[in-house]
Amino acid sequence: MIDRKKAGASAETEESLMDTRIIVVTSGKGGVGKTTVTANLSARMAMEGFKVVAIDADIGLRNLDVVMGLENRIVFNMVDVIEGSCKLPQALVRDKRVENLYLLPAAQTRTKDAVSKEQMMDLCESLRGEFDFVFIDSPAGIESGFQNAAVGADEALVVATPEVSSVRDADRIIGLLESFGKRSINLIVNRVRPAMVRSGKMLGVSDVMEILAIGLIGIVPEDDSVVVSTNKGEPLAMANLTPAAKAFEKIAGRILGKDIPLQDIDDLDERGFLVSLKKIFGRRGGRY
Amino acid sequence: MGFLDRFFRRESPRKSAKERLQLVLIHDRADISPGTMEMIRKDIIHVISNYMVISEDGIEMDLERDGKSVALVASIPVLEVKRGRGREGVK
Repeated sequence: MIDRKKAGASAETEESLMDTRIIVVTSGKGGVGKTTVTANLSARMAMEGFKVVAIDADIGLRNLDVVMGLENRIVFNMVDVIEGSCKLPQALVRDKRVENLYLLPAAQTRTKDAVSKEQMMDLCESLRGEFDFVFIDSPAGIESGFQNAAVGADEALVVATPEVSSVRDADRIIGLLESFGKRSINLIVNRVRPAMVRSGKMLGVSDVMEILAIGLIGIVPEDDSVVVSTNKGEPLAMANLTPAAKAFEKIAGRILGKDIPLQDIDDLDERGFLVSLKKIFGRRGGRY
Repeated sequence: MGFLDRFFRRESPRKSAKERLQLVLIHDRADISPGTMEMIRKDIIHVISNYMVISEDGIEMDLERDGKSVALVASIPVLEVKRGRGREGVK
């Protein structure tokens, strides 16, 4: 798996051997960046040469399509597949910008009750062997929508922002994921504002880690370019090298098992002096 | 600002966020509802009242974080120790 990371990998020739990793992206609280993380990690993995499908599990409130910029090409959706109205390949929207990137959109005019756990499980199983990575964008909340999104996943990425409400909800979600038997649960701390952390106005990554006590797989800084990319419908990972785009690249690398050190959290958080020295001497400024 | 805050030992928003989170998560994780807390309180009052007269209004009881563990801490004002009841230790 890890050895297949080379760009432009021959996905077709190895299709039958694919060892699919199904990863749910979740958070509990809404608006913390699940969809952005899903879109960018999916795009990044496809750019690494893997065959990827991003699934929008937020039935009735779909958004992953617009964030990925694929909203105009949707014909069928996940519920159509589950109900047998179409075949899976018909519902997959292929991204024309990046090879091997697909979206399975949510139904917009249905509710989360349209899908059962068993059906989601079957859907996930039907993707095994077909893709290298399946990223599932979970709806907010802890009800059936979230449970459906998580049921077929092997791994979970929990997204939290350094705010009391978000960390609290993340804690609840981690507890639920553990009770579902998910063994690989990792945290992405999103929208970090190092200057505010340093001046003692905001929770730092180290604070969040201390409280949640799960593995940290990435830190994404607050970055205006996320808003721009969402407006354009072009995941950051595809286009530029903003701090957030670099953070997603590193997270993708860590998911692939690459040893990409997380920056010294406390360097970033507390020792403002060290951070500024790094900015002067480091080639690319802050390391995320 | 930061300097003055530190000088007057005023708590930073970062620190208060962390402390509030830690406290709220104790309740969340323990999954003890206010109703359950009230039942515990009533039971404790019931048991202790066999031995002492206590001020029910003055009782303070809550879950507190003690290092990495959680403690149920109660402060129960005793008005009078009842004589002749309870076990040998109590006169």
